[in-house]
Amino acid sequence: MTRPRLSSGRLRAMFLTPAAALLAALFGIPMVILLAYTFLTRGAYGGVTAPWTFENWQRLADPLYAGILWKSFAVAAAATLFCAGIGFPLALFIARSERHRSLYLHLVILPFWTSFLVRTYAWMFLLRDTGLVNSVLLKLGLIAQPLPLLYNYGAVLLGLVYTYLPFMVLPVYATLERMDRSLLEAAADLGARPLQVLWRIVLPLSKPGLRAGSILVFIPCLGAYLIPDLLGGGKTILVGTLVQNQFTTARDWPFGSALSMALMGVVLLLMLPLARKDGAAGGDLL
Amino acid sequence: MTSSGASVSLAASPMRTSRWLSTYAVLVYLFLHLPLAILMIFSLNGSRFTVWEGFSLRWYAEAFGDQELLESTLNSLIVAVTATAIATAVGTLCAYALWKRASRWMAAGLALSLVTPEIVMGISLLAFFQWIFGHFDFRLGMHTVVLAHVMFSVVYVVTVVLARLRTMDPLLEEAAMDLGATDWQAFRRVTLPLLAPGIGAAALLAFTISFDDYVITSLVAGVDSQTLPMVLYAMARRGANPVVNAISTLIVALIGTLILAAERLRER
Amino acid sequence: MGEVLELRALSRHYPAHRALDDLSLTISEGEFFSLLGPSGCGKTTTLRLIAGLEQATRGTILLRGESIEQRQPYERNVSTVFQNYALFPHLTVWENIDFGLRHRRGGRPGGADKRIAEVVEMLQLGGKADRTPAQLSGGEKQRVALARSLVLHPDVLLLDEPLSALDPNLRKQVRDELKALQRRVGITFLFVTHDKEEALSMSDRIALLNAGRLEQVGTPREIYQQPRSRFAAGFLGAVNWLNGVGVRPEATRLSEQRPTNACRVFEAVVESCLFLGNCLHVETVLPGGEHFVAELPYSDGAFQSGGRVHVWWRPEDELRLPA
Repeated sequence: MTRPRLSSGRLRAMFLTPAAALLAALFGIPMVILLAYTFLTRGAYGGVTAPWTFENWQRLADPLYAGILWKSFAVAAAATLFCAGIGFPLALFIARSERHRSLYLHLVILPFWTSFLVRTYAWMFLLRDTGLVNSVLLKLGLIAQPLPLLYNYGAVLLGLVYTYLPFMVLPVYATLERMDRSLLEAAADLGARPLQVLWRIVLPLSKPGLRAGSILVFIPCLGAYLIPDLLGGGKTILVGTLVQNQFTTARDWPFGSALSMALMGVVLLLMLPLARKDGAAGGDLL
Repeated sequence: MTSSGASVSLAASPMRTSRWLSTYAVLVYLFLHLPLAILMIFSLNGSRFTVWEGFSLRWYAEAFGDQELLESTLNSLIVAVTATAIATAVGTLCAYALWKRASRWMAAGLALSLVTPEIVMGISLLAFFQWIFGHFDFRLGMHTVVLAHVMFSVVYVVTVVLARLRTMDPLLEEAAMDLGATDWQAFRRVTLPLLAPGIGAAALLAFTISFDDYVITSLVAGVDSQTLPMVLYAMARRGANPVVNAISTLIVALIGTLILAAERLRER
Repeated sequence: MGEVLELRALSRHYPAHRALDDLSLTISEGEFFSLLGPSGCGKTTTLRLIAGLEQATRGTILLRGESIEQRQPYERNVSTVFQNYALFPHLTVWENIDFGLRHRRGGRPGGADKRIAEVVEMLQLGGKADRTPAQLSGGEKQRVALARSLVLHPDVLLLDEPLSALDPNLRKQVRDELKALQRRVGITFLFVTHDKEEALSMSDRIALLNAGRLEQVGTPREIYQQPRSRFAAGFLGAVNWLNGVGVRPEATRLSEQRPTNACRVFEAVVESCLFLGNCLHVETVLPGGEHFVAELPYSDGAFQSGGRVHVWWRPEDELRLPA
């Protein structure tokens, strides 16, 4: 006969409360506030005032802003494609290694967890006019003037691929690792050469991993702020920088909120296929 | 030796990794690691320009002599420790509750916080704090930074601790209760100790995320609560400054160590 | 009927153990040849070496007189039916069968469509050609695996325990179908199994393997009735051993009266007598403590537990094998 005890339902509710309160107060409510702001008008010194209006949402259709949204899409898509192209062979390499697999995986993911800021700055150090790449090229006499490697979309793309490559490699690796080896043997047994096996069997069966990886890369790239800011300077305006702009220099909070909500909307749409398949909340990432 | 499935490695001949693939892998790893490595090497460069002029620790000396840097580092540490403590506690309890019974709302909410772009989360918090200031006498400062950091760290803590819980035998708690312990005692005396390495790993992870954050912090920090990333960002934007190399190396060393420690704990 | 496959001193060694050691074997054209043995005996390894999925440490493999052990699996005219069928999940039945034809070195042969249609018909897969493997039953999957390999007209078809994944009820039926198929198609089948009943009922010849070495080769009757080692005798069926002599339970006779014209007679006490439907399974103990099992046709009545009987057998049923 066990002693009377706290019903586990109550204990569980107690344990859940702090996190739920945190989420509600510091995530839910702020988002609702932002949503409300999208319907208000900018205040004289920043902030918001009445009247209520749809103007901010209408402005989103303005070709200038629509163009920026499209450009952000394009950059994110390009980054995703590069990550897939570069990451797939690497994932293949790791899946095929007999030993040291854990080491190879760590070598991919650990750099990501060291400072984001520092890693982005490293590219600034390399690419700026007085940076290492230009210095070396000048010294070798290969160029007469420093190449403008920094402060353009190319640099931003480079930074994005560099940062988010692990997000593509890991899911693809997971899919490859789980692949039924006997399928590959059967293909070879039936006469397919190694490259044909890769193209006809491995790649099609890797689609789930590539899909997951693509979403995990595309979403952060779409909403990126720091990388476009540092590596693109003022020359590249993407959604992230635009939003930040509205809340600081431009002091147009309602419009910035509208942009943010639009961005969130796209992110949510992209997340739906992932959510439906997994159930669990992004636990694969870590 | 069976012919089916898992026991045969993809690397079994005649499908062994080709040399091309290995070379390619080396190149990609170089791509991933060289930039940082170069940065760290050049932090020891005696010259202020990008030509190598012998070893020197002068940039480190300069870094340690910079008042602003030291103050901001202190701020970062205070924020990180505080936010980590809170986030770990809240996150662990949450993970435990979710382990007992899943909650789709919680899971959805946490997942959403994970995919929200940092800039959006930052401005939403800024809007939130400003709205409260209208009603209470709050200013932006260290406290708002801490709150923000707790917010975005929680989901990482939950993920790590939940993963660890899932490797635990749920019958252990039941055995404890069968022997007379209450829910709470079972949690405290059986689950928590076994969970300790996982909690440790989660805490280290939360610390590194907090310490390194720039975007959200820059939006919700007050004028007198600069953190290290904020100072670093300003220096990076201003132009070539070898002191940044030194600071970067120190940061990487610190965070790298913490992450490795976290990995060790996760594997225990 | 000539030789289609010859293995000479084929070995596969690992640092820790020898999966296959010095196997030499000749298989004739059109044979249904089985590799039989307990798990770990090297039979699957042999198959994989022939297919090219593994490299031999030593030895030669000759396919129609040509040495193939250096060739890649896609360069050998042998085809494998895998234990788990290994059907490509993203391709339809038709595309699975078409796969080998598409990857032929000379390009897809002209009459490929016709060949596929024929083999689909022959294996009763008509109407299922557009389905994917996920939509097939176990038996259907196996037939697709067979079709996929047969359509390529391999010199030898390698089958890795194809019946073990099936429902026990299905097995006997599929056994008969496989045997009939082989007869009809005329291709040499190299069949791997650990089930002696399968091997005995289907094979023209059997090679018995144990711990990587070849124990014996022969027809089912030869191996069963004239085993050359205790292992062979014991693996193919039950044996009673007494002083270096073995007698199978079905050759062991029991009678209450002492038989007059038999020379091997022993007195025994009945331990148990079980009615198994088609036979009587009687366990007895000899004076020296040895257990003797007799399997008698039902018409011989019943024996009481504890009763005394005479155990005897014909000298020609003896297996004289060294320990």
